[in-house]
Amino acid sequence: MNNGDQIKEAKVNEIVDSIKKIFVDEKLDVLIGYEKGSLPLRGTPCFVESADDLDRVIFDFTCHNNIAKYLADEKKRPGDPRKVGIIAKGCDARAIAQLIVEDQYPREKVVIIGVPCTGVIDPAKLRVALSGKDLADYKIEGDNIILIGDDFKIELPRIELLQGGCLSCKYPNAPQYDYFIGEPAKPIAARDEFAIIEDLASKPADERWAYFENEYSACTRCYACRNACPLCYCEECFVDRSMPAWLGKGNELSDNIVYHIVRVLHLAGRCVDCGACAAACPLGIDVRIIGKRIEKEVLDRFGYVAGLDFETQPALAAFREDDKEEFIM
Amino acid sequence: MAEFEPKIMAFLCNWCSYAGADLAGVSRIQYPPNTRVIRVPCSGRVDPMFILKCLQDGYDGVLVSGCHPGDCHYISGNYVARRKFAVLKVLLEFMGLEPDRVQFSWVSAGEGEKFSQVISRVTETVRKLGPARKLVKTGYRE
Repeated sequence: MNNGDQIKEAKVNEIVDSIKKIFVDEKLDVLIGYEKGSLPLRGTPCFVESADDLDRVIFDFTCHNNIAKYLADEKKRPGDPRKVGIIAKGCDARAIAQLIVEDQYPREKVVIIGVPCTGVIDPAKLRVALSGKDLADYKIEGDNIILIGDDFKIELPRIELLQGGCLSCKYPNAPQYDYFIGEPAKPIAARDEFAIIEDLASKPADERWAYFENEYSACTRCYACRNACPLCYCEECFVDRSMPAWLGKGNELSDNIVYHIVRVLHLAGRCVDCGACAAACPLGIDVRIIGKRIEKEVLDRFGYVAGLDFETQPALAAFREDDKEEFIM
Repeated sequence: MAEFEPKIMAFLCNWCSYAGADLAGVSRIQYPPNTRVIRVPCSGRVDPMFILKCLQDGYDGVLVSGCHPGDCHYISGNYVARRKFAVLKVLLEFMGLEPDRVQFSWVSAGEGEKFSQVISRVTETVRKLGPARKLVKTGYRE
């Protein structure tokens, strides 16, 4: 990567001007986007209900949340569905498409506003980089980012603060959109998409099990991964059920692991690998890798990639008569 | 110490495998007594959660058996189940969770002989693996 095309994020005023026009033309009831957060390097979701209020909208690499989540929430509002505009990175747009396929929101009530994404920040990596110190400001210089605090200055490549999924993201731009602001971004392609699972898969079974035992033993089942996921929209999650109680309330490793397995199985063939679950985890647990393994299987076995259009049914809601069945006795 | 006798949960579809088990019974075909049967309306009814729950609650193996592809009473239940189970099996393997403890088969109502063979094979496979330990909850450990 060179300096010139590294950060080709749409200019702030370009975004605001375009969105103002879209807001009025499309008669939006609400725009879901991002604004500057209260901390440096943390863009935060915002909801704008009037065109005059749009000046606070931003988009850059600090806007890491997957705001398709709020489209699923929008459905739960009483009354007719509002007309919603959403600023969408590639992964947001795929999650929106998936929600529309699953009849969670009417297509004609969503205006997808694509923006080019050059990767978003990983709060966990930022925490590690700062090692407990308070960030006051930051500066971008070429490929590097300088973290500035009261008594320190840390310079490191910007790419080291990006989410794992962004490094191998194939869809930095919305595959489906109504408007697109700015020049489409090129994928970072710093890594092969499935490299992380191949590394682990090459180890013996006991080592793999030890890895997952170790990872999930830290889990407190706060369900932040579930709550951050744009595609976890069930009214009542299996973990909250008491009749039958699928999972115990105690801090048992077995329950932690079963929770994570079932969570990714519920997302099998639907997950768009936005990494919102991993970014939300307060303990930095690798909650994404098993979903990635399923994503690979769904691609290899069923030839399906989630969230690329508004029609194709998710892989596990469909079938082919000649699906492979080598595992059946 | 007595030889390890595996405890296996079998989810059998009402229309084929359960009737196949019945045929094995009335035909007096011998097979190992290690399975406990739960009758389900269709193999598509079996949520992967059921399978994991069995492994948590002290079962050493789980068998899910349904109608042959094309024979489903509900037209496509077993096709959908097949996709679900393919993904589950791969994930168990990836996590190092002994995927051989979880088995799937198609047994029709006329295949009493095949039913007994399936049960024998599953029982022997699980017997070789030994008692399940990885997912078992504390209250269910020996």
